[in-house]
Amino acid sequence: MPSNPTTEERTLPVTESKEHITSPSLKGNASELRDLEAGLDNLQSDSGGKAGIDWKRVLLPVAALAVLILAWQFYVSLEFKRRDLVPGPLDVLTQFVTMWGEGKVQEAVWTSLQRGVVGFLISVVIATPVGLILAQVAPLRRAFGPLISGLQVLPSVAWVPAAIIWFGLTDATVYFVVFMGAIPSIINGLISGVDQIPPQYRSVGTVLGANRLQMALQIVLPAALPGYIGGLKQGWAFSWRSLMAAEIIAVGGTIGFGLGSLLDQGRILSDMTIVMSAILLILFVGILIEILVFGPIEKRLLQRRGLLAGSSR
Amino acid sequence: MPVVLENLGKRFGDGAPVLDDVNATIAQGEFVALLGASGCGKSTLLNIMAGLEPPTSGALEVPSDGAAFMFQDAALFPWLTARGNIELALQLADKSSTKASRRIRATELLELVHLGGAGDKRPHELSGGMRQRVALARSLAQDRQLLLMDEPFAALDAITRDLLHDELERIWKETGRTIVFVTHNVREAVRLGQRVLLLSSRPGRVVAEWDVTEEHRTDAGRAGELTGVITRRLREEIRRHAK
Repeated sequence: MPSNPTTEERTLPVTESKEHITSPSLKGNASELRDLEAGLDNLQSDSGGKAGIDWKRVLLPVAALAVLILAWQFYVSLEFKRRDLVPGPLDVLTQFVTMWGEGKVQEAVWTSLQRGVVGFLISVVIATPVGLILAQVAPLRRAFGPLISGLQVLPSVAWVPAAIIWFGLTDATVYFVVFMGAIPSIINGLISGVDQIPPQYRSVGTVLGANRLQMALQIVLPAALPGYIGGLKQGWAFSWRSLMAAEIIAVGGTIGFGLGSLLDQGRILSDMTIVMSAILLILFVGILIEILVFGPIEKRLLQRRGLLAGSSR
Repeated sequence: MPVVLENLGKRFGDGAPVLDDVNATIAQGEFVALLGASGCGKSTLLNIMAGLEPPTSGALEVPSDGAAFMFQDAALFPWLTARGNIELALQLADKSSTKASRRIRATELLELVHLGGAGDKRPHELSGGMRQRVALARSLAQDRQLLLMDEPFAALDAITRDLLHDELERIWKETGRTIVFVTHNVREAVRLGQRVLLLSSRPGRVVAEWDVTEEHRTDAGRAGELTGVITRRLREEIRRHAK
């Protein structure tokens, strides 16, 4: 009941004539109206069905891979080049199996992956608050924005010589190069994610009474999540690339044996099968991280927000 | 506490004033329809009342706890469920509330807008009318006496809009809120408002005012008459800008 029955209308006894006729009248009693409403609700809202495993998603990439390997084998069998310069798929596979037996593959993958993941996670921890602050505080962003964008363009390999001079041939060199690659790219991803937030979300936040911190953590960050995830993905790509570059250039010292080191070893031995194995391993790890980590996160995120319909993902 | 607007003016930069000398008093618990052609500064006036923008001149008196606001599009957060959206509003309105109490209150509010079963759906799974009802529940979650509504039903189909008119009226009576409802639809204004204020265009100013009495609500003929009168006055106002 109204807390302030001031108007004539609300104090009138309820009679049949009280029905409103000014709009195209919705005649009927309350329960009829509720049924009408429920009917509309059911007609107009999604009843999203659940899909099973889509085998096309698995089979198409596998088929594409098979075609590429066949093409590679075909090219090799034409014998345009010496076999030791362009080895065939089987030669590479044999070398791979040998190295696996020696435990070299496992060691290289483990060393690199561990460094890549640790370096990336530390980058995320540093870049996220920095990105959020830069995106929210206009003067800071104007001051540091160009620098951050510039750092993203600067190949992080350029930091390797400096890092070797500062830190020597230690893990610190590798991590430093990874940070310089990943941090600017995550910051930029987050900032562009924040830029793409519909302005209305902030208005709603203000109207709902959010303070600055709540606005940043409960409205801006979740709203910017798709862009942020994009930034993380790119940040991972940059850490992985920087890591490989650092491992190729900085060999020895206390730096362990990673995939980059394996690649460099293949070059020194002039053994193309080792080089190819290492390249394929680096590629494979990248694909695996995309399929197992970023792909599902991104898909789930977009699906929950209803942004996946009609996309070719 | 009433809402009082005194000689309110607003201009953006050096441009012509959008609002000029707006005067109005809205009593507690009143339902006022603010009518005007597109571009007459209705939304600006509402934003000023909500505290989203400052006025450039004049004074306004609004309840000290501010106002709840409902936008033209539902503006629900897509990363939260319907219930989550309401719970967030509850949390921001009262920082000391517990999770359990927010859950109970959100369920009550969903029931109030007849969406008890849709709490776990995400905004994109709801129809436009359902989204607006969630937005209405969210604005009620703020628990403010004053509710400002910026053409909230403009984008809905006719049947859904009629339903929501009934629903809004029911909720207004149940909660005793003061409502300022902006619209450019004369019939909607007469259907909902106890009072209709006509805002002129460029600059926006309250130029006419009608009371919608019980008689208008029960007699279709009288209502049609009033709608006709207001429509003529609104068209006159728009024609002024022809030259």
